[in-house]
Amino acid sequence: MLRYLLEKEFKQFWRSKAMIRTVLFLPFTSLIIYPLVASFDIRNVKLSIVDNDKGMYSQQLIEKARSSGYFRITDVSGNYRQALKSIESNKADIILEIPLNFERELVRNGQADLMVSANAVNGNKGGLGTAYLNQIISDFNTGIRTRLQQNPDEPIIPSMEILPLYRYNPSLDYKVFMIPALIIMMLTQMIGFLPAMNIVGEKERGTIEQMNVTSVKKFTFILAKLIPFWVAGYLVLTIGILIAFFLWKLVPVGFIGTIFIFASIFILAFSGFGLVISNYASTVQQAMFMMFFFVMTFIFMSGLYTPVANMPEAAQWFSNLSPLKYIIEVLRLIYLKGSSFLQLLPQFLALCGFAIFFNTWAVLSYKKSD
Amino acid sequence: MNVIIAKNLTKTFGDFMAVDHISFEVKKGEIFGFLGANGAGKTTAMRMLCGLSKPTFGMGQVAGFDIVKQSENVKACIGYMSQRFALYEDLKVWENLRLYGGIYGLRNAQINRKIDEMLNRLGFQAEKNTMVSALPLGWKQKLAFTAAIFHDPKIVFLDEPTGGVDPAARRQFWELIYDTADRGITVFVTTHYMDEAEYCNRVSIMVDGRIDALDSPKALKEKFQVSNMEEVFFQLAGKAKRKDS
Amino acid sequence: MEFYHIFRDRWTAIMLLALPVLMIILFGFGISTEIKNSKVAVYDPSQDVATQTIVDNLAANAYFDLETYVNTPKEIETIFQKSDIGLLVVFSENFYENLLHTGEAQVQLITDGTDPNTASTLVSYATSIIEEYQAELLGNDKGPTYQISPITKLLYNPNLTAVYNIVPGVLGLVLILICTMMTSVSIAREKELGTMEVLLVSPISPLLIVLSKIAPYFLISVVDLISLLVISVFLMGVPINGSFFVLTCLSLLFILLALSLGLLISTIAESQMSALLMSAMGLIMPVSLLSGLMFPIENMPLLLQVLAQFVPAKWYIDALRDVMIKGLGFSSIILEVSILLGMLVVLVLTSLRNFKVRLE
Repeated sequence: MLRYLLEKEFKQFWRSKAMIRTVLFLPFTSLIIYPLVASFDIRNVKLSIVDNDKGMYSQQLIEKARSSGYFRITDVSGNYRQALKSIESNKADIILEIPLNFERELVRNGQADLMVSANAVNGNKGGLGTAYLNQIISDFNTGIRTRLQQNPDEPIIPSMEILPLYRYNPSLDYKVFMIPALIIMMLTQMIGFLPAMNIVGEKERGTIEQMNVTSVKKFTFILAKLIPFWVAGYLVLTIGILIAFFLWKLVPVGFIGTIFIFASIFILAFSGFGLVISNYASTVQQAMFMMFFFVMTFIFMSGLYTPVANMPEAAQWFSNLSPLKYIIEVLRLIYLKGSSFLQLLPQFLALCGFAIFFNTWAVLSYKKSD
Repeated sequence: MNVIIAKNLTKTFGDFMAVDHISFEVKKGEIFGFLGANGAGKTTAMRMLCGLSKPTFGMGQVAGFDIVKQSENVKACIGYMSQRFALYEDLKVWENLRLYGGIYGLRNAQINRKIDEMLNRLGFQAEKNTMVSALPLGWKQKLAFTAAIFHDPKIVFLDEPTGGVDPAARRQFWELIYDTADRGITVFVTTHYMDEAEYCNRVSIMVDGRIDALDSPKALKEKFQVSNMEEVFFQLAGKAKRKDS
Repeated sequence: MEFYHIFRDRWTAIMLLALPVLMIILFGFGISTEIKNSKVAVYDPSQDVATQTIVDNLAANAYFDLETYVNTPKEIETIFQKSDIGLLVVFSENFYENLLHTGEAQVQLITDGTDPNTASTLVSYATSIIEEYQAELLGNDKGPTYQISPITKLLYNPNLTAVYNIVPGVLGLVLILICTMMTSVSIAREKELGTMEVLLVSPISPLLIVLSKIAPYFLISVVDLISLLVISVFLMGVPINGSFFVLTCLSLLFILLALSLGLLISTIAESQMSALLMSAMGLIMPVSLLSGLMFPIENMPLLLQVLAQFVPAKWYIDALRDVMIKGLGFSSIILEVSILLGMLVVLVLTSLRNFKVRLE
């Protein structure tokens, strides 16, 4: 019996060209465009200079900022008020104001101030931008100090080396963070959205009634619905991994088979969720809205953009209810840290829990008769 | 021998009594007409007999099986054609037939032979590979009927099978129904075309969820002393309190 | 008539009013780029006054929580794999001695680079804390220290609260999504059901029909706008620094723009489904990616930067940030407003033309 239903589903799947197009187009474009766009990298911070001193030191400092790679000098203003105008009109992000007699104060009194004012509307940019600028100033300061303290009688300045080291992602590439999650997003659309739409579509067109009046088991009917999407899901997963490799040169550090094991459980869990939606919705539009609503909640609670650990306490608690959180975590861990199956056991159990929960619910809420 | 037995079959939706304690029997090989205005409860009653809807009260038996406790057994020996065309528009003619043959457990070779046999009988062989969405409504209905009797069920339920087509197409459709009844399949058909009622062996007329009359068309006409079923219907339906919904 | 339609479908009405609220809360929490209470582990073979002070200073900072000490170099390798430590501070041996005399003292700041954003933020905060300590040491010394002290001023958002940046962005996204989606879908539905034809054969002018279609959605959008602002101000704590009047006018302009975009989509789409797909899929991606809502546009490839200029939400979000957070007046958003106005005119004209073409 299953065989005939599968024949039907595959034929219908193949014939719905518009759906195939959407299904392929969206993930592909997102996997290609997202990594280009999605970056919180702070580079090219627009710097406005107010140089009241116009001495050699201020020239050197400005040059140091310019050559650091973080800053672009987009504005040189005569005074602070003028510079503030360029911040207001978004022509500058940070003002570096060098006061009058900066050099003289430093040499004579051994102490000078600098004013750094940042547009902090984007807190991330403002905070990091000033931190970078302060580091540059401090570097510059060390250089000045050693030059001024040429006197051998002076004690050695307490100095130390600070060495940052970024594990798993030494070049701090945001793509590496996003791509594993994007692969999961592709998979989610394939196995969550589409089967739910498909079943509700049969409800809306009335074709499901013809099925309900036959002796076909509901389990068989639903299985036949899901199998094509599972197949397509694995295909999308594989394509995603290939794009990640060929386009973005991203290879999982861990064992690739582990990804597929976890994906299988996730597929089971999430298509179960899709079925629950399809059981409650009576029109395609309703199903779309419901899916949109839940998937969006799941995504934002999953730590797709920022780690769960940075969220407020209540949100962290809620994030445990999002199946996407676990699978995205798993993919990132396998891709970047090479975690083994055993290390990922908690996530595995959580996903199994979701799979059992959603599928039980789906079976209980599916009715062949009213 | 009775293949359908209904006793006090009732269905309520909230306060609304869609089907109100109906009782009747249908004999094997009969063409049983189920008449009523829109909203009289025909479809709901039929859906209960097919196991698509659970009765609120009362009992029913179809092909010897209880419609509540053994609904899956019932389903295996009936065919059903819903009011709305319910075959897959994005499958070809033969693919739809093959699907339903397969679902009812026919063997592959049997299915292939039967598809050709049935399409030949309909004079439809040329359209075997046509996508169903491209067929005119009259042909869609014949195809839906064919799919419903593809597995030689004991009883076939037809819910307003000829809605929306011209008299010629309706005539052809009724020839198919007679054909089927001749082969020993019981036909349970709802309609609101009174000329079609004349073709039935027996008819029941539903008003406001109850069966107000049940007999052969001839006996009914005599009882109400009118010349055609239309008049019978007007006399009964005129008493209806429930308006079209 | 239109009102009746929407409110009879209670489910849709709830959706239209609740969805924006949910979205802003989700966005507010889900893409917070703030870092708080990051867990720190320390490997300290020196255990001297310098390392102690640095660790104390780190632990006292709001960004960091001292979680554990690491005892062996071997543990350094495995600590990130088994726990959620964000930063590992590794001191060299004889730290204080070397710091004072040889200048060879080393601190390694090892982070989990999986999330580059968090990693680089943690490193730069830790660096500045350590440098502060260094400056303190200098201050204790005799003689000239040649110290440059940058005085930092964080304008508009001194606490670096992430929602200040996100809320205007989400307002833009939510308004355009909801307004465009609901108008396009509902008008497409009328087309599908054929009720539009009935209206079109009536003697009412097409412009009036369009206006009557849009009016209720305009009102719903205004209600959404109000609820979004209330949540932003009272739940998320985002101030309205500029003129409320300018903010309202700007938002109303944007709502009109979104509604006419919905109208345009409905004149193109054949069915509800395709209208929904067009407005949902066609808007979510470009708006969330290219509007500067989350990701700064200036870091994108040039082609995408150019494309971003055509996203209406980008201009609205820019202007909204100026008014709401920076507290600037109307004069500073003239450019944005005139671009939005221009887009509105183009959209209205195109959709009216499409509408007329359909009549003939």
